[in-house]
Amino acid sequence: MSVDRKTVAKIASLARIKMDEEELDRMVPEFNNIIAFVEQLGEVDTSGVEPMTAVIPQALRLRDDVVDADPLTGGNVREKVLANAPLAEHGFFAVPKVIE
Amino acid sequence: MTELTNLGVRAIRDGVAAGDFTAREVAEAFNANVAAAADLNAFVIATPEKAIEAAEKVDADRAAGKPLGSMAGVPIGMKDLFATRGVQTTAASHILESFVPEYESTVSQKLWDAGAGMLGKLNMDQFAMGSSNETSYFSNVISPWRRNDGGNAPLAPGGSSGGSSAAVAARLCPAATGTDTGGSIRQPAAFTGITGIKPTYGRCSRWGIVAFASSLDQAGPMARDVTDCAIMLGAMAGFDPKDSTSLDLPVPDWAGSLDSDLRGKKVGIPREYRMDGMDAEIARSWDDGVAWLKDAGAEVVEISLPHTKYALPAYYIIAPAEASSNLARYDGVRYGLRDLPQGANLQDMYAATRAAGFGDEVKRRILIGTYVLSAGFYDAYYTQAMKVRTLIRNDFEKAFEECDVILAPTAPSAAFALGEKVDDPISMYLNDVFAVPASLAGLPAMSVPAGLSSAGLPLGLQIIGKAFDEQGVLNAGLAIEQRAGFTAQPEKWW
Repeated sequence: MSVDRKTVAKIASLARIKMDEEELDRMVPEFNNIIAFVEQLGEVDTSGVEPMTAVIPQALRLRDDVVDADPLTGGNVREKVLANAPLAEHGFFAVPKVIE
Repeated sequence: MTELTNLGVRAIRDGVAAGDFTAREVAEAFNANVAAAADLNAFVIATPEKAIEAAEKVDADRAAGKPLGSMAGVPIGMKDLFATRGVQTTAASHILESFVPEYESTVSQKLWDAGAGMLGKLNMDQFAMGSSNETSYFSNVISPWRRNDGGNAPLAPGGSSGGSSAAVAARLCPAATGTDTGGSIRQPAAFTGITGIKPTYGRCSRWGIVAFASSLDQAGPMARDVTDCAIMLGAMAGFDPKDSTSLDLPVPDWAGSLDSDLRGKKVGIPREYRMDGMDAEIARSWDDGVAWLKDAGAEVVEISLPHTKYALPAYYIIAPAEASSNLARYDGVRYGLRDLPQGANLQDMYAATRAAGFGDEVKRRILIGTYVLSAGFYDAYYTQAMKVRTLIRNDFEKAFEECDVILAPTAPSAAFALGEKVDDPISMYLNDVFAVPASLAGLPAMSVPAGLSSAGLPLGLQIIGKAFDEQGVLNAGLAIEQRAGFTAQPEKWW
């Protein structure tokens, strides 16, 4: 199945990646080559096969219900959380105005 | 002093412990090699002061009679995918170029706790997506190896852990961390004549490693030989409650249990890996491997992994799908690059930031991943790929009823020249054809050097083991290493 330029543009928009016309020109054939390559999976008879959920069977654990049990993943580290923000104001992440 | 840089992990650790030289002398020697190797572009950033600081602590501990760790005095390179507190962690991308973590990854912390020091952060394919190191935002790594034709064409060090492989091969560090999602430890190790192991999925914590495809990502060591890999893997592995898929199992003493006597062991040779048009030199090196393992006492049996040809297409659905989800976090809000065009709203900012911050290969994979997960296509692509993944794991389970380890080539060719495959994503992807099946099945797998091609380039052999049986993999690797007698080194030109 071939994917047209409009579809690739739509996918780029869903993925929140701005693409100009020239980039789309390059991406459409590459995208189709890759999709054609992966489509050989359609040949495989997978009736009755469960899709893999965990490569090594494991039970998901629950941690103890304790606040900040591990300080590395605990709270009260606002300054650290904001340290790499492109823009932080008054202890918050700052973004362009979203409500007119 | 230069001879210290010819030593591996065990030799350095034992020499420091015995007082033959100090950890500081070792760190200084490797710092000098790193500083003199800018032409290889193996490091994104060198951290000589970190290496010295760690070495001085080891020397002080030794002087005070304190017990020393399993990596004490060994300076290493850290792939720039591991978060290191206070030191930039870029994943070789523009979008994380300014990122300085406030925390340390579990694996790197374990290595520092074991007495290792950091020489610097190693270059790699951007977000670990690539097989040649050409997708790095900081320009490609150049392999220290050259063909013996006098042409001096710059060669790929493999990828994605290409800074790691080049640095170890060029004696810029005795060992380095790598990560392997679909061959990113094994293929670069094979291309550069070094040894690298990807352990069972879950052995090494993923906490603090920049995520690519979480169901596949595994960290592992890259070093000069099997023993050094066993020592370093022992320091990296272990249960971590901060990673929900971390294996809650004790870490065996792999290095202490190494044994290359393979009597009573069966080695499987997968017939589907002998593909049409296989490179004759790769086929010959594989035959050498079979002979060496027989010589070590193993019985060799033919096995079948019927779904082998579907591993790569399944991988190129699953890995991009997970990547598109994992990389959604780069939005220009919380960390990393922000591109805010004049008058842009929030949505425009996201799209502009991601357009400016991601390289072409990363964008390609995010788009593929977004497509295969989109409504209407999810079952046809993603669910089907996960079913095929089940079949691939079942193939291995069945094969391991008949053998203990599997022997195969690591890569379909020796190192190729930079630029040779960069315009054709599929031909680049095919480089991982032998590596990807073990990744999809979560199995331990390693590459060991087996010899040189007629062009004078290293070839690697791959050993794949049962889940949790890193020991069996390392033992077979050791048996090959002892018989291959691989001592070739790249001639210094940088």
